[in-house]
This record gives sequence, C-alpha cells and structure tokens, in this order.
Amino acid sequence: MDISFPLHLRATFRFALTATLFLLLSQCDKKSGEKAPDDKAGALGATTASAPNKPFVVGFIYVGPKGDYGYNQAHAEGAAAVAAMPGIKIREEENVPETVAVQKTMESMVELDGAQVVFPTSFGYFDPHILKVAEKLPNVSFLHCGGLYQEGKHPKNVGSYFGYIDEAQYVAGIVAGLTTKTGKLGFVAAKPIPQVLRNINSFTLGARSVNPKATTSVVFTGDWSLPVKEADAANSLVDQGVDVLTMHVDSPKVVVETAERRGVFVTGYHASQSTLAPKGYLTGAAWNWPKIYTDYVTWIRDGKPYPHLLRGGLKEGFVKLSPYGPAVSAEARAKADAAKAKLIEGSLIIYSGPLKDNTGKVLLPAGTDQKQTDIELEKMHYLVEGVLGKIPS
Amino acid sequence: MTTSGGETTSVGERLRGLRSSFEELVLVPAGAVAVSLAIFGAFVTLAGANPIDVYREMYRGAFGTWFSFQNALTRAAPLMLTALCTALPAHLGLVIIGGEGALVLGALAAVVAAQAFAFLPGWLGLASMAVAAAASGGLWIALAGALRTFRGVNETISSLLLNYIAIGVFKHLVEGPMRDPASLNKPSTRPIGDAFTLGSIPGMDVHWGLVYGLVACVGVYVLMRRTVFGFSARIVGGNLRAALLSGLPLHKLVVAACFLAGAAAGVAGMAEVAAIHGTANASLIVGYGYAGILVAFLARQHPLAIIPVSLLLGGIGASSGLLQRTAHLPDAAVNVLQGILFVVILASETLRGRVRSRAPRALALVADSPAASAETTEAA
Repeated sequence: MDISFPLHLRATFRFALTATLFLLLSQCDKKSGEKAPDDKAGALGATTASAPNKPFVVGFIYVGPKGDYGYNQAHAEGAAAVAAMPGIKIREEENVPETVAVQKTMESMVELDGAQVVFPTSFGYFDPHILKVAEKLPNVSFLHCGGLYQEGKHPKNVGSYFGYIDEAQYVAGIVAGLTTKTGKLGFVAAKPIPQVLRNINSFTLGARSVNPKATTSVVFTGDWSLPVKEADAANSLVDQGVDVLTMHVDSPKVVVETAERRGVFVTGYHASQSTLAPKGYLTGAAWNWPKIYTDYVTWIRDGKPYPHLLRGGLKEGFVKLSPYGPAVSAEARAKADAAKAKLIEGSLIIYSGPLKDNTGKVLLPAGTDQKQTDIELEKMHYLVEGVLGKIPS
Repeated sequence: MTTSGGETTSVGERLRGLRSSFEELVLVPAGAVAVSLAIFGAFVTLAGANPIDVYREMYRGAFGTWFSFQNALTRAAPLMLTALCTALPAHLGLVIIGGEGALVLGALAAVVAAQAFAFLPGWLGLASMAVAAAASGGLWIALAGALRTFRGVNETISSLLLNYIAIGVFKHLVEGPMRDPASLNKPSTRPIGDAFTLGSIPGMDVHWGLVYGLVACVGVYVLMRRTVFGFSARIVGGNLRAALLSGLPLHKLVVAACFLAGAAAGVAGMAEVAAIHGTANASLIVGYGYAGILVAFLARQHPLAIIPVSLLLGGIGASSGLLQRTAHLPDAAVNVLQGILFVVILASETLRGRVRSRAPRALALVADSPAASAETTEAA
C-alpha cells in the first residue's frame, strides 16, 4: 500500500500542520487561569478565598493505591469521613511518587481545584516537597502524616500529625502471645527504620508480657511494597513454625492472604484486613485518621489556630484496635482489653526497665522507663530480647 | 528502481526517494498518536467516563495552562536523558535498557562528589557532580557493552540485570554507610547544601535539568550525524559485516557508545538530586529509566525526536492527576494510554518507507506533467 500526495495537497497539509501547531502552542498563556471551559465535575477556578456559597475543598494525596487494604486505605477512610462533612468537597489523587510529581500535584490541587487544605499522606513527601510548596502558597494549609514539624524551622502553614500505633501493636502482641500454640510469632517488616523497629519491639513486648517464652522472627523485605518478597517472607516464616504473623508494610494484603492460605493466624496493620482472612484474623493495629482529619478541617475552616505537631495514641483516639476475630479466646480478649485500658489511663508504660536487646545489652536498667513521647524512642535502633533477627546494616 | 513504463529515474531521484519524506516523519507518528487517543477514548467510555471530557482534561492538565505546561516540562526533563541511554546504543544495533541503574549510580556519585568537593564554588561543584555522575553511569553501561562485545553476553539482559544490582548497591549504601544520621525514617545521604542546588530557569518554574536534556539530545544528534564516530557507529548498526570488513574498531565503538549512553542517564540522576531532592534516597527510584526506554522507542531512536516525545509523555503524566481528580479515572488509566501509544507507534513502523511525496521537490514541475504522472513511478 503506497500513499502519494500531489503538490497542492502537500502544500495544504503542511500549512495546516504549521497553523495547528502554532495555535496549540499559543494556547499556553502565562496566566494561571484556564481558557478551556470547566468540565461538568465542577473544577473550581483559582480562587483561594472561600466564599460562603462555594464548598471548602480539601485535597488528599496518596503514595499508593487507595484500595490497598493498608496505609493508603487508612488515609482514604479518613478522607471519606471528611467528604461526609457538610459543605466540604474533597479531591483525591493516588499513586503519586515522592518526587517533583507530588509538588506539582499539590500546586495543581490548589490552583486548578481551589483546595485550601491539602493532606499529602506519605512520610517522604515532607522534605523537600511540602516545604517547597508551602512556601510558595502561604494561604493553604498542608498537613503531613509523620510528626516531623519543628517550630521555628518550618513554615507556619504546615502541620504535622502522627499516632503512637505501637501501643496498638502492643495490645495485638498480647492477643498473639495468647493465641500462639508454637510460641513462635513472625513479623514481616519493610525497612529497619525507627518507626518499624518500634512496632516490632512493642509487639514482642506485648506478647512476652503474657507469654514469656514467645519469640518473634523478623524478616526485612527492603522496601515498602514488594508483594513477592512479602509472600516469600510469610511462607518461609510459616515453614519455620511460626503460627501468628504480623507485618509493617504499606499493604498487608499479601501477608494476610498468605497466612489465611497457610492456615495460621495473623494480626493486621494500618487498617482492618479481617475480610481477607475470616478465620485467621485476630485483631489489628489500625489508624483512626477520620478523627484527626475531621478535627483539622473543622479548625481550619472556622479559622481557628491548629496545633502544628499533633501526636497521640489510644488515649487520644488516634489509633485503635481492629475488632477481634472469631479465633480470639475470651482470656485473650480480657487481657487485651485490660492492657488497652491501662495504656489509655497511662499506668502501663511499654518501654520500662529492665530491658535488654536481643544481643544481651542492657537498654534500660530497672526503675527507668521511656514514656511514649520520649524523643529517645524516635531514634530506636535495636531489637528487644525475644526478637530473632538482626537489623541489616 | 525502474518503473513498469520503462522510465528510468536518475540517481539523485533514487537517493532522495530512499530518505523519509516530511509527510512520513510527521504524518505517521501524528497519525499513530491520533489512533492511540481514539482507542483510549473507547477504553475510557467503557470505564464510564465521557471521552470528550477526558480529552479536554488531558489537554488542560498537560498543556492547557502555563502551570500545566511547566509541569509537563519538569516531567520531561529526566526522560530526555534516560531516553538517550536507550537511543544512543540503538544506533549500533544494541538494545540497552539499563537507564534506571545508571541514573541511580549517577545520583550516588553526585552526592559523593558534592561532599568531597564541598569547598568548591557553586557552579564548579555542580560541574564536578555532573562529571562524577556521568562517569559512574557511563562506566556501568559500558560494562554491559563490554560484556556484549568481548564475551557476547546479550546486552539487553545484562543491562536489565545491572539495574537490579545498581539499585541494590544504592539502597545498601544509602541506608547504611552513607546514611545521614538525622534522616531517621527516610534514609537519605547528607544533604548537598544550598550552594549546589540546581535552580530554576529564569522566568519559569522548571529546573535547569531540562536544558541539560535538550543540550544532550542535540549533542547526540550532532555526534551521530556529523562526526566520524557517529558515522562509524551507524555503520556498525546498519551492517556489521561491512563495518568489520572496513576495519572499524568495533570494540571501542560499542564501549564508547555505551559509556556515553550511561553518562546521559547518570546526569539525569544528578539533575534529580541537585534540583529536586537535595539528597540521594529511595525516592529517586521511580522508573525514569524505564520510562526513558518507552520514550526512545516512541521516538524511533532519533535523538531530536526524543524531545517532543518526552514532552508528550511528560504531558500525559502531568494530566494523570487531573484525570484522577475530575474524570475519576483510576491512576492506571494513564498507563493504559502509554501502553496503547507504544503498541500503535510500533505498529506504525510498518508504514515506514511507504508514505512518500509524489516526487522530490526539485522536480516538482516535472512531476505534474502527464509523462511522470503514472502512479507506478512511486513503486517501492
């Protein structure tokens, strides 16, 4: 098949091509307003003032898929709670990597959608992305999940929140310790950063508080979302005799499903995965973002000042335990509820001496303790006694 | 190339007929993009959105406003350099897909240089970072090239596997020996400092990495089309036996071309570190290298064509956010479009050499005369 064009057609075509290119390029003007008409979904113009009749727009940015049964889904549940508030409209975007893409997404939400509050939910968004965009857009509030805000160093329109989810892992550890038959627990972890190590340690301390012979075998997969490695790790742990699994990865789905398939128990993380493991799911350590998000949005919409650094645990309702599964015995429930009550009351301190790490070194001598807000816990770089494994260096 | 009517064409005509015509260079890719968009429109309708709305949102998010256009440019910047990592060796007939590994090692070398040469003034420090990045990325891909030319190891597989090795080494170093103690929950190297930050092009919100990409693409074009090295390289790619019989230094050409390819991807890593992150951490491993492969193939390995194709893919990426938020399509919809684009453009390769203007321009008058108006003159 050959296509041949006579001269007049060639000339016309080339003229049309040049003209189209010229027209297309001339559409980009330097103003930030659009020339294209707004679409039916009602994207707002670039106004930042909230007129009384216009809905208050809140933006949410996720680093992974919203339906991942894990980290991002927990944030999406918070977003849904905000969307249910009257007069609020939300805009969500998922799968935004921690690169310049998230800066552009934030700016786009503000300029093209008119967002006045933005929740970029991944830990890695903070530095430098949120900081750069917050300086450019001082009238918009940026609320980051991670607790990195430093007064005086970071811009005033940035806030930071986090939850002491290791309290919930402690209680989950109690349930795990009383449910295990072999005494071997397993933990599939992503990276050996302080937040993850804290979860491993709290889980183990909880389990050993009711079952002193319990051990936790930990496997580090190396990154936040590696489904194949997570499945491998779960399987190899079960092969070694582990009968209760837990995890700290972005999407616990793989580990939970593997546990159910292998017939072992599992406690969840981030959100509730009980629907994925109807028989084996015991409980889980979950975030309660709806509470924090609705609080923030209410404060900002009413123009009240909001705390720049917001942290809390079970007591403040920032974290919660997922409902108990069918396999949890009455004794386990009672002990777990008692521990939860003590944590809320403040009479139970997880990291209290005498405390040794798994090489025998003494971390906390008898009589000393580190409360949840202790900054030393933020730099954790050890695995407590009872954890089988090493921190990869 | 004689016609059925017995007319002979001159040597000049024959040679001109072998080169791609303007129509083919523009019409075929443009047609492929149009067909891809049409297929994407059908997909989008099945997904429950209005295709016209989707097209409008894509345009608005990619090129419709000055903000969107800059967004597209910022995303296109690393793609130009990583695409060269695939396009340059392709002139020699090699299929290298190691851009990701070279980028990552280039970023690592850049932060090492930034710390080693911290005493240098800003621009000199940046130059040292770029040189270090280019050298490390270049050596990495040159390794793949050397394995191919000296030992016959398939360069596609070796460069792909070298990606994983490079990423493994990167993660090990960044989370271990090179880790900044202050970066607790997001392991990163020590910050390179404000003096070594790559700023924005004046008047725009896009960093200078874009200019690096443009200069590199033009440079590779000049190298391949106007220098002896490029000519030799293209002979190797066109007809290996002829190259060997002509006595061309095959090993040197292959290794040098792979070194330059890796250098380009390494500089992409350095630009990301200096302009965006200010440090090296796992946020650099987002697939720019793999997207560069796509860009190179879409541009049919032509260095100048990489520039508009990067812009196109940058625009598609830039519009994905708006598609999610207003058309409520899942993020994967943009991947679908990229995949369709890839397949359609590769399929449009079959039209290569078949779309031609009627006659060379110098003989336009002759072409319109009845004697030369026979369609069979244009037999391939």
